[in-house]
Amino acid sequence: MSTHRKTIISVNDLWKQYGDFTAVKGISFEVHEGEIFGLLGPNGAGKTTTLEIIETLREKSSGEITIDGLNVDHDQNKIKKIIGVQLQAAGYYPNLTLLELLNLFSGLYNVSIDKKHMLSLVGLEDKSKSRYKSLSGGQKQRFSICTTLINNPKIVFLDEPTTGLDPQARRNLWQLIREIRGKGATVVLTTHYMDEAEELCERVAVMDNGRILTMNSPDHLIDELVASGFERKKEVKKANLEDVFLHMTGREWKDE
Amino acid sequence: MKESKTKDKEYSQLRAMFSVTRASLRSITRSPSAVVFSIAFPLIFIVVFGFIGGNNISVSVGVHPECDTANEIYSVMKGRPEVKLVRKPLADMDEDLLRGKISAIVRIEKKSDTSNAHLLVHVQTSSASQEGGAIITMLMSHAVDKANLAKNPPPVPEAELRPEQLEGRAFTSIDFILPGMLGFSLLSTGVFGTAFVFYNLRSTLVLKRFFATPIRRPFIVMGEAISRVTFATATSSFIIILGHYAFGFTLIHGLLTFFLMLVLAFLGLFVFMGFGFIVSGVAPNESVIPVLANIITLPQFLMAGTFFPIDVFPSWLQPITKILPLTYLNDAMRKIAFEGVSFFEVWKDLLVLGCWGAVVYVIASRVFKWE
Repeated sequence: MSTHRKTIISVNDLWKQYGDFTAVKGISFEVHEGEIFGLLGPNGAGKTTTLEIIETLREKSSGEITIDGLNVDHDQNKIKKIIGVQLQAAGYYPNLTLLELLNLFSGLYNVSIDKKHMLSLVGLEDKSKSRYKSLSGGQKQRFSICTTLINNPKIVFLDEPTTGLDPQARRNLWQLIREIRGKGATVVLTTHYMDEAEELCERVAVMDNGRILTMNSPDHLIDELVASGFERKKEVKKANLEDVFLHMTGREWKDE
Repeated sequence: MKESKTKDKEYSQLRAMFSVTRASLRSITRSPSAVVFSIAFPLIFIVVFGFIGGNNISVSVGVHPECDTANEIYSVMKGRPEVKLVRKPLADMDEDLLRGKISAIVRIEKKSDTSNAHLLVHVQTSSASQEGGAIITMLMSHAVDKANLAKNPPPVPEAELRPEQLEGRAFTSIDFILPGMLGFSLLSTGVFGTAFVFYNLRSTLVLKRFFATPIRRPFIVMGEAISRVTFATATSSFIIILGHYAFGFTLIHGLLTFFLMLVLAFLGLFVFMGFGFIVSGVAPNESVIPVLANIITLPQFLMAGTFFPIDVFPSWLQPITKILPLTYLNDAMRKIAFEGVSFFEVWKDLLVLGCWGAVVYVIASRVFKWE
């Protein structure tokens, strides 16, 4: 059931070619304001390409994209001001501390922020004076997500946000993502973790080979599948191994 | 999530640019290679050469074991301050002579018969030390003439020598070496620093993250450039001040010379950074960067008059030294510091540097990659 909400991102017939290879083959979809929208698919499906085109980081070959009424071809700088972006693989000046990096980004966005507070959102307030290069992979990921919130964006784009994180960090990040949405922002994420999509996303689009195969809410898609006669092979227990793990090791951020 | 105010006022590219500058400066000062090449390395050379000091000629002469020392020719030779007398077993001195460690072996023979010369001065030199050998031979020739004249003074001499040594500015080693070291420091910072930084920023996707913010690309480059210039100015100032107060480096017009040198340093750095941009754009992977950077910098370190004057190079190498940009920077630096010329008088050097700058930036703008 979709309530009639304002469309904040509209993608129309988007194509992206790299020479002979077509990464995105004429996809169209809409993202509603205030929802958590997921772009699912295997590696190489075209999710990251699509996301980067919407984030104004990549040129499209053809198609129309509108973000909060702004045109991705003409209003790039205005779009950059209202979005937060977490890249799949990103770097920062490795010798700088987290506080110094937040200073850098607050200057880049022309805003003033409460740096300690920002770091506490992702559980890194103890590492504020640590250099970026000394962080573990998971901590770097969390810092990346922290930088997406600096300019108080209307839309937050997350590219595989929990890849490489341990179960505690994943759960805590899911909570953070829900809180971001709770404050009124829209979240667009890509993932190939289905449990994540099921937990967080109100609607998902499943991509493969540059095309969108299907798009609906996770519940709808599951109902459809079951209705078509599908049956799971193994009997589902009332708990799984991840529940065991979390139960035994606790739900707090773990220092890596 | 705390509400952070995104003010509705105009986005300031400059503010964004300066935060890049601050971050970049912090990054440079924490990078060991930047500090080593810009400060430590030049400083070591300056300290070493500062202590060597002096610019006196010195020639080592071996005294043959059978050399007669009780004659006026020997006294003349001994009295010259430039001559360093060496006494060793003959076999050792022969070897030293062939190796160029001493310039000549002198044996003065006293003859008792009066039909020929009373003193025979044997001077043995070798091709291993031509300059020193020539000096000694000339010295001995002079001593011989003086002795002959003393014996038979002409009633009216044909010519008379009147030597007069002026109290010139002592051009010590430090006056030569410090500008060379400055040039070295600037070339290193400009080429290596810029090449690595931009390559890394690009490959580690730091740049990509910047693109998602409203800052425009030219401002990113300028932010980095300003940081590099600031760092180079600080290190150059430090080198000049240390050289001046600790080793007597000559700043002919004091503070004015100091500032002129810094302006010149800025110009040189600007040209060298262009090379760095080219390397960062052209290198297919990180291990190629030092190779390319060395191809650009090593010939200049060796042949642009950084450590020793370009006069020592044979004539067929001279044309190469004349096209290297560092040659002109070093030359202009020395003229300004030591001879006190104004900027206008080094216009030739500035012109060549300017041409290099134009060429380099045209290529860089074609070749520089953002991702």
